[in-house]
Amino acid sequence: MAKLLEIENLRTQFFTADGVVRAVDDVTYDVNEGETVALVGESGCGKSVSALSILRLIPWPPGRIVGGSIRFLGKDLLQLSDPEIRRVRGHQIAMVFQEPMTSLNPVLTIGLQLTETMQYHLGMSNEQAEKRAVELLRMVGIADGERRLQQYPHHFSGGMRQRVMIALALSCEPKLIIADEPTTALDVTIQAQILQLMKDLSNRMGVALMIITHNLGVVARYADRVNVMYAGKIVEEGTAEQIYHSPKHPYTIGLLASVPRMDQHRGRRLVPIEGQPPDLTKLDNGCAYRPRCRWAFDRCAQAIPPLEHVGDGQMSACFRKHELGDDVKAAS
Amino acid sequence: MYAYVVKRLFLMIPTLFGAALLVFFLMRLLPGDPCEIRMAGTGQYADPEAIAICQKDLGLDKPRIVQFGGFIGGYFTGDLGVSMWTHQPIAYEIGLRFKLSLQLAIMTTMVAVALALPLGIISAVKQDTWIDYAVRTFSIAGIAIPSFWLGIMIILGLLIVTQAWLGEGWMPPINYVSPFKDPWGNFTQLIWPAVATGYRYSAVATRMTRSAMLEVLREDYIRTARAKGLVEKLIINRHALKNALLPVVTLIAIEFAFLIGGLVVTEQVFNLNGLGKLFVDAVGNQDFTLVQQLVMLVVLIFVATNLVVDVLYAWLDPRIRYA
Repeated sequence: MAKLLEIENLRTQFFTADGVVRAVDDVTYDVNEGETVALVGESGCGKSVSALSILRLIPWPPGRIVGGSIRFLGKDLLQLSDPEIRRVRGHQIAMVFQEPMTSLNPVLTIGLQLTETMQYHLGMSNEQAEKRAVELLRMVGIADGERRLQQYPHHFSGGMRQRVMIALALSCEPKLIIADEPTTALDVTIQAQILQLMKDLSNRMGVALMIITHNLGVVARYADRVNVMYAGKIVEEGTAEQIYHSPKHPYTIGLLASVPRMDQHRGRRLVPIEGQPPDLTKLDNGCAYRPRCRWAFDRCAQAIPPLEHVGDGQMSACFRKHELGDDVKAAS
Repeated sequence: MYAYVVKRLFLMIPTLFGAALLVFFLMRLLPGDPCEIRMAGTGQYADPEAIAICQKDLGLDKPRIVQFGGFIGGYFTGDLGVSMWTHQPIAYEIGLRFKLSLQLAIMTTMVAVALALPLGIISAVKQDTWIDYAVRTFSIAGIAIPSFWLGIMIILGLLIVTQAWLGEGWMPPINYVSPFKDPWGNFTQLIWPAVATGYRYSAVATRMTRSAMLEVLREDYIRTARAKGLVEKLIINRHALKNALLPVVTLIAIEFAFLIGGLVVTEQVFNLNGLGKLFVDAVGNQDFTLVQQLVMLVVLIFVATNLVVDVLYAWLDPRIRYA
């Protein structure tokens, strides 16, 4: 499969009064054409920032991409001029955000918000764009498009608004859709519908999907490959199958132990990960996960474990990655 | 919507009645009346009998409730009464000056909006740059500089500049001309007081626009607009501005209503015969009937402006619906 997006050594930092927040710290991953990649981690681990960095949507001040490269179809997005990156935004890479209730402009009609992107990127006339907008709404399961286009976001429920956001993302037939916690704000029953819709449409249109989530259930069901992030770094990388059944990083193991699983016996107790994620302004030269890690030993405080292969394409950033295999069963 | 407007129009009646009640009795709580002011002035002796005759002439000897009844009854017969000081019909006294005050208020508001919106927007977009600091300094200066002083400076400045460039001094016309007779002459006369006061009133609106824009620019839907690849100009004008306008519209409307009767000093500086001066004179003369009608006019303008603002709200923000 051809590489669509290659992120290398990306570093995004926020310069705040409390110090420099290293939200994304030397992160490398890629997305192939047409595949679904998940970026998993708890709140504040830098997963959203890494996604916003791709389209250079980090607000300055205080945030800034300080290093690395983001190659998309061979071009480094970080080197593009402002007009050039605007041509990529919404056109070749589209985003779906977490909060459908606030991500649409309350004082503009759905029609205007859908059509302006197509008019701008595809040079469509107003009539063409409106026709296509009705079509898009039908694709995402919103009937009566002509009437709906005249309405405002407050006429739509949360799930419906997220469908509108998906229609918006698909409107210019992008190569990649980045979905930043697309279902976190929705009811559980709606979550599955929205994810299934995104997965179906992206399969049908050959769009690659990058799902940012803290929900491992989402990962198992929809992702081809998974990147697990902790404290601004990727700590484990592998296929959904590998991550789910043979995790090679203590953090991934902890995450899996803390959520209910259908494939294990029902009496199992959920084990939370103790402690808090670290303050990203005060990272030292050791493994950031070590204060919460049951496997930590002296070496973890002396160096940051590099992300290394553990076989079959799976990678882990842990000094004891090869010892973890059997312990997993014991832990879960 | 129409039903709402009609309902609001009916709701004006109790508000206006309350205002009438207040101004009528508050005026009469003050010591003295027009007759005493006219005859005794400040501390001179006046014949009590002459005062009594004068009071009888003006109807001040009747019970207050009867006087109040006459005041309210006038609205049903379309008679605003006669000034207790000049003995001219009040409709004539106010009509003489209302056009000018209304025109000046509109022009001042236009100057204020023309300054406040662009400055507030650019200040928010360029937050914490030298442009932002310059705009904020400019608007703080607008609040700090008294508009009568600015008015004098404008007149002097015009004289000095025209003297230097054209060889002879020019200053705005002194006598009022109707905009329908001589639009240019009217404009050259009124634009200067409009600038002098408009600058002052733009200051608060500029800061309001700036803070409303800053708030809106942090909203999620602005990030969505950026993620769609829209150019910044479109994001500001289409996506941000309409959301930021609500508080600004309120402020400007209140200022407009105030300008109708509140430009006392500016009128003096530019020698304009407006409602402001009439107001001050009427209060000084304890001209009960004239003060009452002037207050009612200002109240009516405030109430009507509020209604217009509420209707504008619904137009700006589709989430607001009145029933």
